[in-house]
Amino acid sequence: MKYSVPIGPQHPALKEPISLRMTLDGEVIQDADIRLGYNHRGVEKVAEGKTYLQNIYLTERICGICSHSHSTCFVQGVEKLLEVEPPRRGVFIRYLVSELERVHSHLLWLGVAAHEAGFDSLFMYVWRDRELIMDLLEMISGNRVHYAINTLGGVRRDLDEGQVKKILDSLALLRKQSEYYLNIGAHEPSFVGRLAGVGLLTKEQAVDLCAVGPTARASDVPIDVRKDDPYGMYGETPFEVCTADTCDVLGRTVVRIKEVLVSYDIIEHLMRNLPAGPVAIRTPRRPKPGEAVARYEAPRGENIHYIKSNGTDKPERLKVRAPTLGNYAATVEMLKSGFLADIPLIFAAIDPCICCAERTATLVDARTGEEKTVNFSTLRALARERWKNAPLKKDAVWPF
Amino acid sequence: MLKNIVRWSRKKSPWILHLNSGACNACDIEVVAALTPRFDLERLGVLLKATPRHADVIIATGAVTRQMKDRLIRIYEQVPEPKFVVAVGACAMSGCVYRGSYNMMGGIDQVIPVNLYVPGCPARPDAILDGVVKLLGTL
Repeated sequence: MKYSVPIGPQHPALKEPISLRMTLDGEVIQDADIRLGYNHRGVEKVAEGKTYLQNIYLTERICGICSHSHSTCFVQGVEKLLEVEPPRRGVFIRYLVSELERVHSHLLWLGVAAHEAGFDSLFMYVWRDRELIMDLLEMISGNRVHYAINTLGGVRRDLDEGQVKKILDSLALLRKQSEYYLNIGAHEPSFVGRLAGVGLLTKEQAVDLCAVGPTARASDVPIDVRKDDPYGMYGETPFEVCTADTCDVLGRTVVRIKEVLVSYDIIEHLMRNLPAGPVAIRTPRRPKPGEAVARYEAPRGENIHYIKSNGTDKPERLKVRAPTLGNYAATVEMLKSGFLADIPLIFAAIDPCICCAERTATLVDARTGEEKTVNFSTLRALARERWKNAPLKKDAVWPF
Repeated sequence: MLKNIVRWSRKKSPWILHLNSGACNACDIEVVAALTPRFDLERLGVLLKATPRHADVIIATGAVTRQMKDRLIRIYEQVPEPKFVVAVGACAMSGCVYRGSYNMMGGIDQVIPVNLYVPGCPARPDAILDGVVKLLGTL
């Protein structure tokens, strides 16, 4: 018996709400079809009507979780067009916020993954610690989510000694907590068993489908723009690219926790080597006509901004390729031969975004055409039911 | 007597539905942050529900894209009476930075009636808490 299952399009938690129509054979997913365009806000068109400086404000609001990624990527592109280099202290502070954002985004994701796997206490623990990062970001930039710290030719706010010390103190606490989360995996076999083997994406598939970010790295593809095409001060910062070879949701979880630890090292390096000097320089308002492409490693993967200038103070064209878009094709492969009950987990694993509100799926019986709408909590209940009866994967181990 | 009990129970356990109508996710994570240990909205009896049929309060974010408009109305109609709508964030109030875009309605109140506005881009969890408490005060 085959079913056709549309997921969405009302996905309030996604930054780009999508509709997935899945063909099911029993409980096993045979095929998935993706439809886009439900959260289309016309950002690229709006950008053409605003000046470069105003567009920093706009690009920040493309996504609320990786807001700094988009504004930094945009600023990098415009600085290429303007042919200016931000001062070193400005660069350090800019990428300090980047790394803090990566930590908050990954912790947020870990909480959601735990929630989807039915481990709500980890969700609450992680979100409690995430508030420490939010405090740091608020202290540095003045806002919790949209930091608005970037400007053309540097950053808008400087750090003082006390703030540097506060950052280092909080890091010590966070590092202790993150190591605790690593141990949770080792001591919680049901959590590991729930994640292992779900949403398989082989290395070849990840390369073929151009997966990006932690999704690709969990399939043992060591791509990271920070390493492959260093921007800012990443060329001189020692860090390693985290990968996992399990190719499943467990691997994606491990990669993200490892990346959080690596980010702590980078932040510490930045704080210990913070150069003196100005944080920003004055820049011209109008770049010469031309084009620029900027690449940036957002928490979810490679972010690309293309900017075309026609010599005025407004861009002629802005094109954004967000990392989630790069991962859609891979998601289809991950969902194939998975179970209906695993949809929430696989979906969460590419980190499309969080805040589980209402998400719905419609089950369509292919033979009778009968439609049945279920929401995500029902799906989760289905998942629990299935895993209650399924044997625990006792051989699954936390790779640490 | 019965009326008082109903009012009391409504006040003590407002169940909320979180709805993104085309926001950038910032308000949405702040809504979730308001429910987690630091702010802990749940101590006021607030519970996040997945379906509109269980909810009393719709916490709506975003400036409503054209595609979401009909869905928003449908979801509003599914919520049982009495229902309340809290518009969280600058987008939900007036469209914020997307105002004037060809695909945006420019605010929740363009589509469904709104009881309470929480300003901010994004609204802080403290502000959301304050908004919910004020809404409970009007009951």
